[in-house]
Amino acid sequence: MIRITRKIEFAAAHFYHNPNFSAEENRRVFGKCNNPHGHGHNYVLEVTVAGEPDPATGMLLDLKELKGILNREVAERMDHRHLNYEVPELAGQIPTCENIAAVIWRLLESKITKGKLDRVRLYESPDLFVDCTAETNGRRAGERV
Amino acid sequence: MSQPLHVSLTRRYRFAASHRLHNPQLDQAENLRLYGKCANPYGHGHNYTLQVTVTGPVNPETGMIANLGELDPFVEQNVLEAFDYKYLNEDVREFESTIPTTENVCREIYRRLRPFPSAKIEKVRIEETSNNSFEYSDEG
Ligand SMILES: [Zn+2]
Repeated sequence: MIRITRKIEFAAAHFYHNPNFSAEENRRVFGKCNNPHGHGHNYVLEVTVAGEPDPATGMLLDLKELKGILNREVAERMDHRHLNYEVPELAGQIPTCENIAAVIWRLLESKITKGKLDRVRLYESPDLFVDCTAETNGRRAGERV
Repeated sequence: MSQPLHVSLTRRYRFAASHRLHNPQLDQAENLRLYGKCANPYGHGHNYTLQVTVTGPVNPETGMIANLGELDPFVEQNVLEAFDYKYLNEDVREFESTIPTTENVCREIYRRLRPFPSAKIEKVRIEETSNNSFEYSDEG
């Protein structure tokens, strides 16, 4: 099997706030991420597609197509946006790295038609990233998101 | 269409420490043959980077697998305080009896982090230098 990874970056604002929590609880759980004016990150997204190359072309997929999908599905939705207010797929969710990565997985999985979406890795900073992969038998469950 | 997802979160930390690879059962010539310059008697050091991967359900109330407000102090208290700016052979009790190769450092860090209460520690990865890295998980 071949795995191909394509990287894109987007810059976005967010903050963490749960309306079910008191102000005090929000500050305690979310710390400085609770600042209601928000803050931002340069997110780095690595998307991995797995499969067998087409013998006729020698390619698993056309990277131009993948780049187009990532631009349409992710960059156009999230780049230079406020994730709390401007991305309907995240409505009602705290825009953590975990939730953003899972939303990106859901946006991409049906759009990848050559090969299969294998992994979504989202870096919030060089020191923090989240991986989403398909749950497989024999791998211990991270719960369905 | 939508399949269940496995979600993990990885956080990177750093520590600087010295070590010496030396097996007391062997003489110095044997040690030099086995460990090369890593057996030099006074030890040497590295800027280690440590990646800790946790997995588990994403809490719908917080959007998180584990709150960094809990993970960071847990790693700080259980690993970094004991390892950062230390001579691993003498300052970390476990390495009085095991050789502080990065393989063993990985296992020891995993052992120390395993009791983390809020999520499962899936993997520990150490880069000893930018040219070599080591991973440990207990999946066999
Ligand atoms: Zn943030």
